[in-house]
Amino acid sequence: MAALQQADVAGTVKTTSSEVSRNYLNSPKGIWSWIYTLDHKRIALLYLFTVMTFFLVGGIYALVLRFELWFHGAGLQAEVMKRGLVGPDTYNQLFTLHGAIMVFLFIVPSIPAIIGNFVLPLMLGAKDLAFPKLNLASYYVYLFGAIFCVYSLLSGGVDTGWTFYTPYSVETKGSVISMTLGAFILGFSSIFTGINFIVTIHKMRAPGMTWFNMPLFVWGMYATSLIQVMATPVLGITLLLLIFERAFGIGVFDPALGGDPVLYQHFFWFYSHPVVYVMILPAMAIISELIATFSHKKIFGYRPIAFSSVAIALVSFLVWGHHMFTSGQSELTSTIFSFLTFLVGIPSGIKVFNWIATMYRGSLTFQAPMLYTHAFLSLFTIGGLTGIFLGTLSVDIHLHDTYFVVAHFHYVMMGGAVMAFLGGLHYWWPKMWGKMYDEFWAAVSAALIFIGFNVTFFPQFIMGLQGMPRRYYAYLDQYQTMHMLSTFGTWILALGFIVMAIYLIHSLFAGKPAPKNPWYALGLEWTIPSPPPTENFVGNPRMLWGCYDYDRVMMDKDGLVTFNPDFKDEHEHEKIEKQEGKRYETTRSFN
Amino acid sequence: MNPKVSTSWVPPEASTVAREVDSLIVFIANASAILFVAVTLVSLYYLWKYRRKSEKPTFTSSISHNSRLEIIWTLIPTVLVIMIFFWGFSSYMDMRVIPANSMQIKITGKKWFWAFDYPNGTNSVNELVVPVGKPIKALISSTDVIHSFYVPAFRIKMDAVPNRYTTISFTPTQEGSFDIFCAEYCGTSHSGMIGKVHVKTEAEYRKWLEEAESGGKMAPEEFGAKLYVSKACATCHSIDGSANTGPTWKGIFGKKHKMADGSEVLVDENYIRQSILEPNAKVVAGYQPVMPTYQGLLKDKQIDALIEFIKTLK
Ligand code: HEM
Ligand SMILES: [Cu+2]
Repeated sequence: MAALQQADVAGTVKTTSSEVSRNYLNSPKGIWSWIYTLDHKRIALLYLFTVMTFFLVGGIYALVLRFELWFHGAGLQAEVMKRGLVGPDTYNQLFTLHGAIMVFLFIVPSIPAIIGNFVLPLMLGAKDLAFPKLNLASYYVYLFGAIFCVYSLLSGGVDTGWTFYTPYSVETKGSVISMTLGAFILGFSSIFTGINFIVTIHKMRAPGMTWFNMPLFVWGMYATSLIQVMATPVLGITLLLLIFERAFGIGVFDPALGGDPVLYQHFFWFYSHPVVYVMILPAMAIISELIATFSHKKIFGYRPIAFSSVAIALVSFLVWGHHMFTSGQSELTSTIFSFLTFLVGIPSGIKVFNWIATMYRGSLTFQAPMLYTHAFLSLFTIGGLTGIFLGTLSVDIHLHDTYFVVAHFHYVMMGGAVMAFLGGLHYWWPKMWGKMYDEFWAAVSAALIFIGFNVTFFPQFIMGLQGMPRRYYAYLDQYQTMHMLSTFGTWILALGFIVMAIYLIHSLFAGKPAPKNPWYALGLEWTIPSPPPTENFVGNPRMLWGCYDYDRVMMDKDGLVTFNPDFKDEHEHEKIEKQEGKRYETTRSFN
Repeated sequence: MNPKVSTSWVPPEASTVAREVDSLIVFIANASAILFVAVTLVSLYYLWKYRRKSEKPTFTSSISHNSRLEIIWTLIPTVLVIMIFFWGFSSYMDMRVIPANSMQIKITGKKWFWAFDYPNGTNSVNELVVPVGKPIKALISSTDVIHSFYVPAFRIKMDAVPNRYTTISFTPTQEGSFDIFCAEYCGTSHSGMIGKVHVKTEAEYRKWLEEAESGGKMAPEEFGAKLYVSKACATCHSIDGSANTGPTWKGIFGKKHKMADGSEVLVDENYIRQSILEPNAKVVAGYQPVMPTYQGLLKDKQIDALIEFIKTLK
């Protein structure tokens, strides 16, 4: 018995020195082995570099936008319009590109294509995604779409806002067609990733992994993929119609040609509301993993969290009209949309309670991923609660298209999705690279980002309540203090990100080697070396215990497993032995 | 509730619905604040209480659900949220239902100004004048792209959609001047598309209607100077020589201007009149044909006054 209590799991995989040094990063070698790679881990890294480049570009645009708004308190007189960093037309292009890049090129692909690509097969105990070539194709389709976006940026820009509302987008100058074409192509990349994930989750789970002991991250990815596959085609068609309208003058949306501009808004939000959940569901999925690992505690309410992800995904298709309360749509329509909006809100709220309850009687540590988890919890809660204001009919009439909305969606997208992404990046970073980053600087950077974020965006709630409209290049005096505060916040934010870039890059060259399982987690991805071998697992891994069974199983940094001797239930190893029909020296077999 | 109290957080409450909307905002804000503080305090307490004290983690408890707790934390938010929904619905209907004795004003959004038509045929640009206490029905439309008529002090907003009328109603409750914004992005001067609602007493309102029509006893160039601002010429034309969306007016009268098609035109009374009524017939070189027509917006007497005003700009 005693021998079984601490079974050397690593014993079965002979970690000779040659095996340690051979991993997916260094074998096979050569630039072409990356360009043609079918390895989901390498594709994840390709995505990582590309998507982060766009995040940088979008971020720089944001800094310029905010810097511009520092100047414009002196009123709207003609001379003021000419002062400052950029003119009104440039400003309009900048917020359009900022929004479009952040949405289409950064946040939508970020968690699924980078983190999902890297860890989903590892979590399932699979050697790759179901369709590795489709996966590579999704990356190149993404690049192709991105080229169109970059082209429109260089060839005169686009000034429609990322929403491309008609008829403005039909008549304005600039490269609207190449931008929408870019977004259209990017849609296919999402669809490819979505299909790949759905099939992988259905077909490639390790033996022993049922639907209800899958990691919650996998559930989140599943729900996300459903939305991507179902909603993206609608955007595709809408953008195509818009392109036809601009190019050939057919009258679908343009009232001058007998079209209906509000129809465009219906189409657009039919896609874009569910897509808000493409941004936030993966974030919730990451938070469920992080809160369990860093509380070292069984997740509270596994099934409610799993089911609510799928429920949110489905109901999210029925609330798009809450973006259109002031568009002239009928009172009845608005009322129904308002009601449904509140209903989708509730499952998100319940998830927050579940995460907090998970900490109860846990064993909590505060490494960087946990710091981001808590940044997420508080910022996402604010984002969610302010959503109640916007879902309420009469209140939204006042707040719609003001800075209140800008603050709200940044709290959800940046405070929610980006914080979770950063948390996930820090959590799986050691697995990706086999290197540890500096905890102290990670904490400093997380604090700067948290503070900077709030200084930037909290004043925008106040401005919005006071009536400051969004997409304004210049503003009236009464909003100046809040605008300056908001701009000041972006500098703190920028500093936080610079610190992060430095210690992360530094870790690649000089970081301490990462053990298999730096966080004492239980998921399958932590049973393999860091960085993982090219083929992920040697042999076929089995799921022998739940990935949140912190009450009965413990895996240390090097993958050594201990069972809880006091556990009242039938001993885990006895169950496993019965199941496998033989006695084990080592409880976990990878071969 | 004293309207002054809330001015630091929200704009003045200058319409009947404003107060209703604000009390709902205050309710949601308080409920949210309580929830947020509760969630934060519990988190912080757990973070401190259950912090790991050893280097390695220990086995932890198996608790993974608690039906009573889960029912409570589902029910309470659901009830609250349904309450807020109905409250929002009822104040929304107050905005949407148009009182029978309303006065109708036609509002038109154009790139980049607001035009208002009053029941007696008078019109004004960017300056809406309404009598206090009178329910107003606004019939809103646009001649180009989508705009959105927004008066924060009234807590109302409605899109101006081309080829379609939308409506909104409001009853001003306070005299004073309040901001009008365009809230739907509409291009270059979206942020310049702002104006004022002037809420006046019934008597002042009548007097204003009369003056807006004819300039009252003002000298023509003085009336012209007023129209320069009130009809939004100032959005695009400077009078100090600086270039803007449109050419400056300083010193143009009597000069020759080069047009986009290469021809030269003498700036005289007829040219100015034509530029106001058919702005795109002759476009000055270096500028875009973006000026909207003022056909129907300016009376002859007003055009005369503007021409006199331009003559004074040496
Ligand atoms: C680095 C911090 C960021 C800053 C300082 C920032 C700042 C801004 C500013 C000033 C605007 C223009 C607001 C307006 O006038 O309407 C804006 C719009 C927007 N931002 Fe950000 N932003 C940041 C990060 C993000 C992120 C991470 C996302 C998404 C994941 C995002 C998504 C958007 C979107 C969708 C818009 C709307 C664009 C539009 O109006 O067409 N932003 N942001
Ligand atoms: Cu507008």
